[in-house]
Amino acid sequence: WPYCRKRCSYCNFNTYVVPAVDEAAVGACLVREARTLLHLGQVQSVTSVFFGGGPPSLASPGSVAAVLEAVAGAAHLPAGAEVTLEANPSSTDTPRLAGFRAAGVNRLSLGVQSLDDAELRLLGREHTAAEARRAVEAARGLFPGRTSIDLLFGLPGQSRDAWAQGLEAALGLCDDHISLYQLTLERGTALAAQVRGGTLPSPPQDLLADMYHTARTVLVAAGFRHYEVSNFARKGALSIHNLSYWRADQYIGVGPGAHGRFVPWGEGGRRREARVQTPEPVAWMREVQSQGHGTRSRVVLSPLEQLEELLTLGLRTDEGITHERWGHFCPQLSLRAVFGAPGEAQALQEQGWLLLDGSGLRCTWAGLAVLDSLLPDLLCQLQR
Amino acid sequence: MAVAGRTAARWARLPPLWLPPWLSPRPYSSRAKEKKDMSVYPVESIRNFSIIAHVDHGKSTLADRLLEITGTISKTDRNKQVLDKLQVERERGITVKAQSASLFYNHEGINYLLNLIDTPGHVDFSYEVSRSLSACQGVILVVDANEGIQAQTVANFYLAFEAQLSIIPVINKIDLKNADPERVEKQIEKLFDIPTDECIRISAKQGTNVEKVLQKVIEKIPPPQCNTADPLKALVFDSTFDHYRGVIANVALFGGEIAKGNKIVSAHTKKRYEVNEVGILTPNEQPTHKLYAGQVGYLVAGMKEVTEAQIGDTLFLYKQPVEPLPGFKSAKPMVFAGMYPVDQTEYNNLKSALERLTLNDSSVTVHRDSSLALGAGWRLGFLGLLHMEVFNQRLEQEYNMSVILTAPTVPYKAVLSSPKLIKEHGKDEITIINPAQFPDKFSVSEYLEPTVLGTIVTPHEYIGKIIALCQDRRAVQKDMLYIDENRVMLKYLFPLNEIVLDFYDALKSLSSGYASFDYEDAGYQAADLIKMDILLNGNPVEELSSIIHHDKAYATGKLLCERLKEAIPRQLFEIAIQAAIGKKIIARETLKAYRKNVVAKCYGGDITRKMKLLKRQAESKKLMRKIGNVDVPRDAFIRVLKRETDK
Repeated sequence: WPYCRKRCSYCNFNTYVVPAVDEAAVGACLVREARTLLHLGQVQSVTSVFFGGGPPSLASPGSVAAVLEAVAGAAHLPAGAEVTLEANPSSTDTPRLAGFRAAGVNRLSLGVQSLDDAELRLLGREHTAAEARRAVEAARGLFPGRTSIDLLFGLPGQSRDAWAQGLEAALGLCDDHISLYQLTLERGTALAAQVRGGTLPSPPQDLLADMYHTARTVLVAAGFRHYEVSNFARKGALSIHNLSYWRADQYIGVGPGAHGRFVPWGEGGRRREARVQTPEPVAWMREVQSQGHGTRSRVVLSPLEQLEELLTLGLRTDEGITHERWGHFCPQLSLRAVFGAPGEAQALQEQGWLLLDGSGLRCTWAGLAVLDSLLPDLLCQLQR
Repeated sequence: MAVAGRTAARWARLPPLWLPPWLSPRPYSSRAKEKKDMSVYPVESIRNFSIIAHVDHGKSTLADRLLEITGTISKTDRNKQVLDKLQVERERGITVKAQSASLFYNHEGINYLLNLIDTPGHVDFSYEVSRSLSACQGVILVVDANEGIQAQTVANFYLAFEAQLSIIPVINKIDLKNADPERVEKQIEKLFDIPTDECIRISAKQGTNVEKVLQKVIEKIPPPQCNTADPLKALVFDSTFDHYRGVIANVALFGGEIAKGNKIVSAHTKKRYEVNEVGILTPNEQPTHKLYAGQVGYLVAGMKEVTEAQIGDTLFLYKQPVEPLPGFKSAKPMVFAGMYPVDQTEYNNLKSALERLTLNDSSVTVHRDSSLALGAGWRLGFLGLLHMEVFNQRLEQEYNMSVILTAPTVPYKAVLSSPKLIKEHGKDEITIINPAQFPDKFSVSEYLEPTVLGTIVTPHEYIGKIIALCQDRRAVQKDMLYIDENRVMLKYLFPLNEIVLDFYDALKSLSSGYASFDYEDAGYQAADLIKMDILLNGNPVEELSSIIHHDKAYATGKLLCERLKEAIPRQLFEIAIQAAIGKKIIARETLKAYRKNVVAKCYGGDITRKMKLLKRQAESKKLMRKIGNVDVPRDAFIRVLKRETDK
């Protein structure tokens, strides 16, 4: 969903703030593109659907229902398949959520970000802490055990204590899934400009590290499994959709600026492709209307590139890259043959950052926090 | 460094393309015209002189006017001059030199041959200046009527004075609004002991009183003392390289005559040549039948390299040896710097660019060198800082080469005490260019460092700051003189290494650009030198070792450690960055380990951009230099080793 009511101070997503959205037309295009791409990918069965973006809770339940119907019409969509909707607390009241549930949504991801009004204002969010609380409660009522909340840390001026308190408050409120994001000051955002201009302080590296460690420790103590760099779940409430993304499964991306990774069997493709749809909504709609989809770029991924992505994504998870998954991408050379040989990976294992054992290759607790320092070494070894 | 003016001139003889129209080689057809008979100019009607001046005081404008008045170049050409200058020269206020030129001038019924011999304008080339001056009997000393005497004016004056030349003081730019020729005349009187009424006030730009300068040249400068009947004795005072004809040597005849077909010998190399062509410079080469004693011109004699026609060398006729002219010495580099291509794939291109540039500049010494961090490159020796800068700038501008130039170092010396080392080197005093060759203090009785005598001319309000700066640079005051009510001349003996980095920039900035600086070689002095190593987690980084003065060790060590700390990326472990003298650690910085380095914002975003970034990091990782377990990017070495030019 490419539209927003207001741009947040930290956001550089492909979203557009326009006075009036022709929802019927956009919805029709989403349906059409979904059909085309499912056909292109010769998709038999869909394991999960994720409505993300601007957020899609601004769209009507009818549009969501229409897309889900199109998916079910083009491929098998099992009754239990995970269907997640991203939602903002400011566009989430119980009747509206009920409407989405009726449309087929069975998991909700709420952009709470913070439970402190001052922080929310700094982030340029439309909602207050009280509204966030009400939204979480409403969501939990309708999607018990399947409501996730997003939290941001590393805000300019945020102290370690403030973060710890926010985390405690969130723990008291949340369901079984939490996503924690460190605020990235993206170029072109209002917040980044303020930090660069010196009106806001830039959070020190060591403080960010402290905050991350605090969160990991607190959440794990509260019974959460730290199953991905930024994601925590208890009672098995992992996000199936995102997990398949980190496992480098195939997925299609529908809508302006959406990205996908799949083999376009339907048009004679044999190799996995990285695809990105046209970002500007108007251009995207024109393309969908004329050719059925608005694919802007298609890049065939070489076997090495696929392995590089698998490594980069897979190591973000606590299960890492299993021997089985590796074999799926690279049957001719085992994970052990690549990373068990003397080289960077072995050194990183000796230093306690990495583990290679019977289940696969993964980061240690300490290694996960410095993954971006491990990856260049591992990519070097992989390329050899 | 903008210390000086004309400096590029020496090696700035460029392919014809670069020269102003009146400097371009003539088409061959014009060569065919009748050769001039130079025998009509006996010694008595010859005057050999130079123009010397501080940068921008109007030396080349005056030269242009002299050439115009004597009909050597046409007046209409002058407007083009500005456009045709080299970029490097334009930026530095250095103009293409009007080369040496023979001017013909009739004064009171006598035809005179006036040879204007150009000199490089900076004491980086003081030796070459002194050789050029030794072909002269007088100089025109140009001083700006507004700026007055500057550091280089002083240095140039003393070179001429010591060579016992007649000096014609000229105050230029009297047309300027702020011109104060009276004040300048007083400065000249006070500093140089020249009566105020001897100064000629001119405006070279407008041509005012320029004719008078020519008349003074004839009246005040004596003709050369020599005889055509003597055996040939020719001083080489400049040389250039022509791709078709080989070396073109500019010569001044101190005796005898020379013509095509003569067999000549170089007193320095003892090599024999046959003269193919002789002629005068007007300022283009114009062949003549002969050159006679007292005259100045050029010769082509099948020399293949500029090193065969070294400045200061004496040429004589085969089998008629003469006493060589005094003062010959080979060019001696005083400042060394490593030069590396930014990208190793550019190595061969850079190599050929260096070869072509050094063809015309034999004073640059080139030795192959390599650094584990920076790859294959060269260690270049220059006569001085400006020489280095201009060379580098020409490389960039004329050959489009982007290079890494390391911070300059100076040649130190060690007097050995260890019999073993003395035997090894075959002498008891060695020159140290590379810190790796630095002998430890137990085998040395004394270390020596090169010094220079610096001249600073400044408005008096900056004196306090300048004295503090000089003291900080270990300089010793030798002289301080008010040249008028508000201008002061200071003389300091500096260790050369204290000025090679940023002294001039510091001086300019603390005097708002008003102080001028010049220096001359002042030999070696004993110094408390040590070798400082930089360690990363205890492992020495060879390319960061340096030889420094004991008093500066702590500050330099600290600075290097700090710079390295900023240049090395955080890694998975803590890194100790230390400066050490022998086993003693004198400075330390600690680069903390990464505790968190993972983007905690991934889902929702396409991995493509992240993959590109990671792959770029992986690529650069391959190029990093491993010191122990520490990965040091090439960039970090560059940032630490590179000369800071933008301070």
